[in-house]
Amino acid sequence: MTTSATPANDQVLSSQGRCVLSATDVWKSYDDGAIEVLKGASFEVVAAQTVALCGPSGCGKSTLLHLFGGLDSPDRGQVSVNGIEVNRHRNLLRLLREEVGFVFQLHNLIPDLTLAENCLIPTVAAGTDRRSAHARLLQLTERTGLTHRLGHRIQKLSGGERQRTALCRALMNRPKILLADEPTGSLDEQSSGLVFELLLDLVATEGVTLVMATHDRGLANRCDRLLEMHDGRIHETVHA
Amino acid sequence: MIFLKLILTNLSRHRIRSLISVAGIAFSVAAMLTVVTILQGAIGMFSGILSSDSEMIVFERNVSDLFFSNVPAAAVEEIAVWPMVAHADPLLFGIVSSADHPIITCFGVTAADARIRKATWVEGDVGAFAQHADDVVLGERAAAFLSAKLGDHLPIGHGVFHVIGILKTANGFEDGGVFMPLSSAQSFFHKEGSSSVITIKLRNKDDAAAFKSMVKRKYASLIGLEDAEFTRSYSQFKILKATAWAVGGCGLVLGGLGVANTMIMSVFTRIREIAILRVNGFSKVQIAAMIFGESGVVSLVGAALGLLTGTCLLFALKLVPALHGYVDVAIHPVVLAIVILLALLTGIAGALYPAAYAMRIRAVEALRFE
Repeated sequence: MTTSATPANDQVLSSQGRCVLSATDVWKSYDDGAIEVLKGASFEVVAAQTVALCGPSGCGKSTLLHLFGGLDSPDRGQVSVNGIEVNRHRNLLRLLREEVGFVFQLHNLIPDLTLAENCLIPTVAAGTDRRSAHARLLQLTERTGLTHRLGHRIQKLSGGERQRTALCRALMNRPKILLADEPTGSLDEQSSGLVFELLLDLVATEGVTLVMATHDRGLANRCDRLLEMHDGRIHETVHA
Repeated sequence: MIFLKLILTNLSRHRIRSLISVAGIAFSVAAMLTVVTILQGAIGMFSGILSSDSEMIVFERNVSDLFFSNVPAAAVEEIAVWPMVAHADPLLFGIVSSADHPIITCFGVTAADARIRKATWVEGDVGAFAQHADDVVLGERAAAFLSAKLGDHLPIGHGVFHVIGILKTANGFEDGGVFMPLSSAQSFFHKEGSSSVITIKLRNKDDAAAFKSMVKRKYASLIGLEDAEFTRSYSQFKILKATAWAVGGCGLVLGGLGVANTMIMSVFTRIREIAILRVNGFSKVQIAAMIFGESGVVSLVGAALGLLTGTCLLFALKLVPALHGYVDVAIHPVVLAIVILLALLTGIAGALYPAAYAMRIRAVEALRFE
């Protein structure tokens, strides 16, 4: 059963907790307007919620995640993170370093670096002191079962291990929001299940808000909310 | 550490390309060091001729080359008796040729000249100099390349001269030159009654300023300068120095183009990696610092190898008998610093466009399309 994720519905959501992400009448097109991806998409996400974005390929799931991460800007409408409009965010770097973490379908790790070095990249960017960064690295790799692989290069890791590494890297700077773009899309069923379990476990224990684009209905159904994207708009699906 | 590893990792990914860039900088630095040091040495040697047992030089005002300077004999006689002057030695420069040697430097000097008195006489006797008009003394290297021995009658230019001595000197120009009595040189070069310069030894060095103003006051056509002042201001030296730096600079520009090519390729082949770094919080400045870091490493390693190669080359040149006395392997610290600085600046310049390109990479596009 689906309902439109209109501002009226969002107000209900907002009353349940602090709104951390919001999109209001967001429009986005490519090729000088030839390809319209988002056509007035609106929704809100409250803190510590897990939200699945579902829809066919090219419907704008990734675009929406990129807008929330400040990697792109909307043609029209507002995208806000923690109440601050992203494309008017005074310091987009701060957003990427402290508030938002990204996990992609492809792990996007640097192959010549070790697992540990890949994970430490966000801390280097943020200028975190080495001791705290290493403590955090050990904490995350222990929870994801990667401690024994710390010194290994990325080429030596399996697909599941690489995606778990990407998950650790995304959480290194303790972001409040995790944006995951089909994080298990490139994995086999077994690895996919394992990585997703870890993802849910980590966001729950760290109190992170998760917005995940996925094609996997089984995984989507395990999130707090499921948002369907059709024709550039968002529709809320109420779990059965 | 990770930042440094990112820099080194990328250079090691394309080892051959990085090595070619390092070699480009190294050869440029070696060329610049060699050319500049040789010319500095040459300038030092020429200055050495003028400053032999003297600290001041008097010559014709506004001449671009000392070979064209004319100082009247009367001025020599008058200056020599000034109270502040210990001694004044006239010196006439000339260029002659022999059958196989188009350029031989000639020095017309008096018997009292320090260049003759203080040199090591390998053959002959210092007391015999300037006894006869056709007497000449050869530098040891000149004697070697002219195949002349003591007592020989040697055709030089339009005359035949009697070799009455062979002397050894550390100065390449003097060692490869011919010393004639001043009067003979004046006649030979059609400069009767004049010399090119007067080298002055003062009784008290503090009188330099007074001496200069006295020359200015008494001789409108002459100028007196301290040796260091002359070396700094002599237009021929300036031209030589500028040429040396320009030649070396061209080498460095070529090296810089090599670095630019390497860095452009380096950025183009890892657009996705740069996008990943951006998504993980790297600022544009950090991305640029990484690119400049890479070019900096290439430049520094290239500069170090270039200095080593240049120094070896200078030592090798010094061992060539024909260049004896011409090559000074002493690398001036200022030259060293300038060469290293230029190599670094070249590296930075070479990385400017690649760094600007890397800073403009939009993560979202790089991640979407690659």
